[in-house]
Order: sequence, then C-alpha cells, then structure tokens
Amino acid sequence: MRVKYFAWVRERVGKAEETVEPPPGVQTIEDLMAWLAERGETYAYAFETPRVIRAAIDHAHVKSDAVIAGAREIAFFPPMTGG
Amino acid sequence: MTANVTIRIQQADFDIAQEISALTKGRTDVGAVVSFSGICRGREGGETIAALTLEHYPGMAEAEIMRHAETAMSRWPLTGVSVIHRVGRITPGENIVLVVTTSQHRQAAFQAAEFLMDYLKASAPFWKREEHAGGTSWVDARHHDDDAAARWTKS
Repeated sequence: MRVKYFAWVRERVGKAEETVEPPPGVQTIEDLMAWLAERGETYAYAFETPRVIRAAIDHAHVKSDAVIAGAREIAFFPPMTGG
Repeated sequence: MTANVTIRIQQADFDIAQEISALTKGRTDVGAVVSFSGICRGREGGETIAALTLEHYPGMAEAEIMRHAETAMSRWPLTGVSVIHRVGRITPGENIVLVVTTSQHRQAAFQAAEFLMDYLKASAPFWKREEHAGGTSWVDARHHDDDAAARWTKS
C-alpha cells in the first residue's frame, strides 16, 4: 500500500511517500504507526507521539482503530490548519 | 434549478466579485449572498509574520471540501456554494480562502457559510508554515476550531 506523509510528519520521516508491505499482524492504523516507527530513527521521531498524528485511508479521515486491510493509500499528518 | 457548486484549490489569487457573479448570473432564485474570505495576517502573538506557506493533500483536500459542501446543501436550502482555497506562499494582506453561499433567504446562506468555515478549519487537509524573524515553524492546530466544528453536530 502507498503511504503518504505531510507537513512535519513528512519532514521528520524524510520522504513524502513510499510503498510498504506490512506483515499480517499489522491490522489497524495504530498498529501501522507502531510498525513504521520501527523502521528507523527518522520514523521513530515522526511517530514518537502517535496520538497527535492524524490518518486518512483512501482520502477519508479515520481513527486509530481503523482497519487497514484493502487500503490503497494511507496518509499520516498533523492536525490540520487550513481555512 | 440545481445548486451551483464550485470547489477550487489553486495558487493564484481569487476575485470575490467574480466568484459571486458566477453563482448569481442567470438565476432569479437567489435572494441572499454571503461571502467569507480569510486573509493572511501580518502578526501572530507578538511576532511579525513574513509569509505563510500552505501545503495540502491533493485529492483528499478536494474530496473533503466537496463532502462538506454536500453536507451543507443537504442541511440548508442553498442555491450555490463556492469554496476556493489557495496554496503555496502567501504574504500578509493576501487572500487565503473564500467561501460563498447563496440561497433564497438569508438564514441558510449565513449559517451554511459559518458551518463550511468551521469544518474547513477543523478537517480540510491543509497545513500552514509560518516564516518569521526566528525562522519557519508549523502553525499548531487550535482546539477551538475542533469545538467550533463540533457544535454543528448538536441539533
């Protein structure tokens, strides 16, 4: 699945997007953030406070307990400051 | 007549009169036009802002704003909705966002415009980065924007 990062999440991770293949045990957004955090220091830094990170699956906001199976695109970003 | 709906995300500035005209032209059922425009301020707290840069999530930003517009149209009898959100580097005094709502009578247009701005602030995927004397920093989201959006769910 494609994962996109925005704003300071992108800056900390060091990339805007990538394709990942999480193992079967990674079922929810929360699981995915924990799994991504393990990929390296930059990821750990980005996801160090998971509760402030927001997520979207296929362009719709989801909560951290949302199931990721079947998602084509998942995005992680800080709380929004548009408008 | 069906409602006119325009959602645009763009770097270029917008012309408010032109956008209003696009919603009213050719219609005789519009009795009320409400517009809100958000402008880049030059100061935040005690600091001077040199510029804001707006990042967005292409694809989701349009989809999310359209969802809000559809919700507004299902809640209020609107004849038109336009939302234009700029992205890129914006300096103090410049426009950032425009919401125009039209209806036969004013209550719907007023309420829908406020609803759309509250939802834009709380959940449209845009992020502002501020340039000031000390460098650049990401603007923090405000709880009161989430609260403002939440009040529309109590009916």
